[in-house]
Amino acid sequence: MSEPIRLTTPFSEQDVRKLKAGDTVLLSGVIYTGRDAAHKRLYELLQAGKELPVDLKGQVIYYVGPTPAKPGQVIGSAGPTTSGRMDAYAPTLIAYGLRGMIGKGLRNQAVIDAMKEHGAVYLGATGGAAALLAKRITACEVVAYEDLGTEAIRRLVVVDFPLIVVNDSHGGDFYREGVKLYERVSPG
Amino acid sequence: MRDIHVSSITEAVAQACMSANYVLPQDVVHALENGLAKEESAIGKDIFCQLIENAKIAREESVPICQDTGFTVIFAKIGQDAHIVGGNLVDAINEGVRKGYKEGYLRKSIVAHPLERVNTGDNTPAVIHSEIVPGDELRLIIAPKGGGSENMSGVKMLKPSDGVEGVKKFVVELVKTAGSNPCPPIIVGVGIGGTMEMAAIMAKKAVLREIGRPSDKPYDAALEEELLRLVNDTGVGPAGLGGRITALAVNVESYPAHIASLPVAVNIQCHAARHKEIVL
Repeated sequence: MSEPIRLTTPFSEQDVRKLKAGDTVLLSGVIYTGRDAAHKRLYELLQAGKELPVDLKGQVIYYVGPTPAKPGQVIGSAGPTTSGRMDAYAPTLIAYGLRGMIGKGLRNQAVIDAMKEHGAVYLGATGGAAALLAKRITACEVVAYEDLGTEAIRRLVVVDFPLIVVNDSHGGDFYREGVKLYERVSPG
Repeated sequence: MRDIHVSSITEAVAQACMSANYVLPQDVVHALENGLAKEESAIGKDIFCQLIENAKIAREESVPICQDTGFTVIFAKIGQDAHIVGGNLVDAINEGVRKGYKEGYLRKSIVAHPLERVNTGDNTPAVIHSEIVPGDELRLIIAPKGGGSENMSGVKMLKPSDGVEGVKKFVVELVKTAGSNPCPPIIVGVGIGGTMEMAAIMAKKAVLREIGRPSDKPYDAALEEELLRLVNDTGVGPAGLGGRITALAVNVESYPAHIASLPVAVNIQCHAARHKEIVL
């Protein structure tokens, strides 16, 4: 495993273009949460040519719906959700200026193409490591769509959030490359 | 006849919802430790370490293992000599889910209608499968099921001529296509035979079996072993990043089938294989 690269948000196109599939990353700074319902609303605003409730240019969205915080906690458990459900909306957000997405699971070709064209990166967090990942979140505040509950958009501050570059902005796909190394083709 | 009051059911379900979401069963923790020992990929090993550490934090701090605290799936074995008093069983279970998810700071992940999609706000209703059994006890298995792995599951009505090869192909293709989505290392529950809905319920029951305990049926036990090898040969690995350990177990349940049918269902369970059994 390579030495982790320390990155801070927001990202410029140049920051993103340097990353390669398989790089391990420790991310710090502000990131925004958003999943199915919030994506639908953001997408509809962009389609209608309207302003977003949060400026996401150069920013990173974390696909997560956390559990409610217990008294004394910054946030509840907060691991990644399956990114593929956001594929219908992601290319529009990337074209608008979103630079990064954090989640788990496969992306479709349209998202990969948009990342290449506009310069964006898809970072994988460990699915199910929600209690561990919550420890790296030092601040949490709802900034839009409070009515969506767990699906509201939250502004998080993260410190050394452990990630891996899954899809880079050059077409590299670490899921495909990693699996190929260990695949055994059964005889017959 | 033995009386069981609904208030004791509600309380027990509430507690079980919380403990199931905070404490990963010991057999799953052991399977993760064994996986770490066997995994060859450096990133895969790191993922196993994260998952073991995550389970420890969740247990020690009483916080959810995963933010997806699931659809509350409940298997109820109702003793035919038990008498539930003070209300009805389904309401008592749902009240327990409501209480457990609120008091336990668990996520509310259920929408009232699959197309209108408005959150019910309390994680009810539960999915309840009940069966009447001998005895006077009420036995409940509370198994919160995450959406990510459930979405990768599938059912297929094979032709009898497809045989065991057809079953193997369906299982392996499903795991391969799912890739990183269901949070591997996974547990694969396979239901073969019965009718379409029965195959699906068997597959769900199969994921709840203790890891490392093979089927009582020699044919199914041999199939489990072969399927585990084939599934791990996909190379999907921990978190889908490539590795030797894609599944911690493949469990097969079977039932007699119609002369015309070979139903097969595969339920994919993420590594957060949560379940808690209570007996009243």
